[in-house]
Amino acid sequence: MRSLPADYEMLAPGSLAPVLELLAKEPGVWMPLAGGTELMVQYGAGKLNARKLVSIWGLPELRAIRETTEDLHIGAGCTYTDLRRHPIVAKEFPLLGDGASWTGSIANQNRGTLGGNIVNASPAADSLPALLVYEADLLLVSVRGERRVSYLGFHTGYKQTGLLADELIQTVILRRRFQGYLSYSRKVGPRNAQAISKLCMAALAKVSGRRLADIRIALGSMAPIPLRLRETERVLKGAECNEESLQAARVALEREVSPIDDIRSTRAYRIAVAGNLMEEFVRGLFPREGD
Amino acid sequence: MTGERSRNARREVSFTVNGKPCSVAVYPMQRLLDVLRSELHLTGTKEGCGEGECGSCSVLLNDELVNSCLIPILQVEGASVCTIEGLAAEVLHPVQRAFLECGGAQCGICTPGMILATISLLRHHPAPSMAQIREGLSGNLCRCTGYIRIFQAVEQAAKTIEATGPGAAQSSFDSLDASR
Repeated sequence: MRSLPADYEMLAPGSLAPVLELLAKEPGVWMPLAGGTELMVQYGAGKLNARKLVSIWGLPELRAIRETTEDLHIGAGCTYTDLRRHPIVAKEFPLLGDGASWTGSIANQNRGTLGGNIVNASPAADSLPALLVYEADLLLVSVRGERRVSYLGFHTGYKQTGLLADELIQTVILRRRFQGYLSYSRKVGPRNAQAISKLCMAALAKVSGRRLADIRIALGSMAPIPLRLRETERVLKGAECNEESLQAARVALEREVSPIDDIRSTRAYRIAVAGNLMEEFVRGLFPREGD
Repeated sequence: MTGERSRNARREVSFTVNGKPCSVAVYPMQRLLDVLRSELHLTGTKEGCGEGECGSCSVLLNDELVNSCLIPILQVEGASVCTIEGLAAEVLHPVQRAFLECGGAQCGICTPGMILATISLLRHHPAPSMAQIREGLSGNLCRCTGYIRIFQAVEQAAKTIEATGPGAAQSSFDSLDASR
């Protein structure tokens, strides 16, 4: 059943302060709507439960990307197109650029926002594993003020986050300290474009001689939330790349993921492919002579 | 008020469509797609999936390609919209001509969206590679052509626009820009 437009109320105050006041006045009543790539799909299908919406699309306070010498501050209302066009994202945070380029089509990237993707909290979102390996911080804002939280731990369960009812994500903060890291990202889907992932991976590593000085791996669609592979990383950190360490890493990976069978893939396939990607990533860090 | 379902009021929303200012009395969550087709009778914009997957409803909103089925009309307040009807005045836009000449259209449902996606692509990549063409049109599904002739049309349009310089194509772009 289609939704009836007359059933829905919508406001577009045009700046952040009145939006926050509305959220504070009736917490949980007003649903913020940014680019609409998720909520308007639910609306079209007659499945949008919120009846009162407040537009946050294009709010100037949420749409800027600002750099300091230490950090990159990405407004939560920045679109995937904004991310793909930004030279520092492309140069220093290529995993985020990759995730942005995999998200939907050009038209979806022109509307879909990073903050919207985080709050929507789909475990299949292509750009969220990148935020996990870069260890982003989120700046949350409400009439009560601002608070800065780590993105690690922000997802508390399937489609659940630590965002309070009167808060918005204002900024995603990335620390510019990944020079010398090698990055790897893969999306596995039924077709190249416009497909929700069976699984996706973002990974970073720093190599010192024959050993892995640092390694960070995150996966989409392998758990109820975008998942950082802490145990797998622990096994690999400091290790050399050999059959033994890779086998131990695969065992750790299989222990910490919890994918499901669904319309897009199966648990068994996802586990097998995630292990393969991890192995491809690690082997690729240590090119053999003659390669 | 005609009962429970009409409790939210219509309101005036103003924007420009194809360079012309317009104002409509609508519910704020009405989709841009429906306002274009039902209120403004611009039926060149098609509805396919209604969930942002197929690109049939593509339009340019402030010069950016969007799916009009996912845009609530309140977010169009003050904006500039370009639909397929805005491209050709006296003569066909070079992209339209290329689709015609290359057989890039069959049943026609995807064609307006394909053409707007092509115009958006060529603005950002005037001489696109095949990979850029495929990515630029990846959100526009066609069930007839198999895409090859569509890609050929995009290549031909890029060459025509390059050869004629700031000519025919640019005049359409300028009229869009002037409407902002």
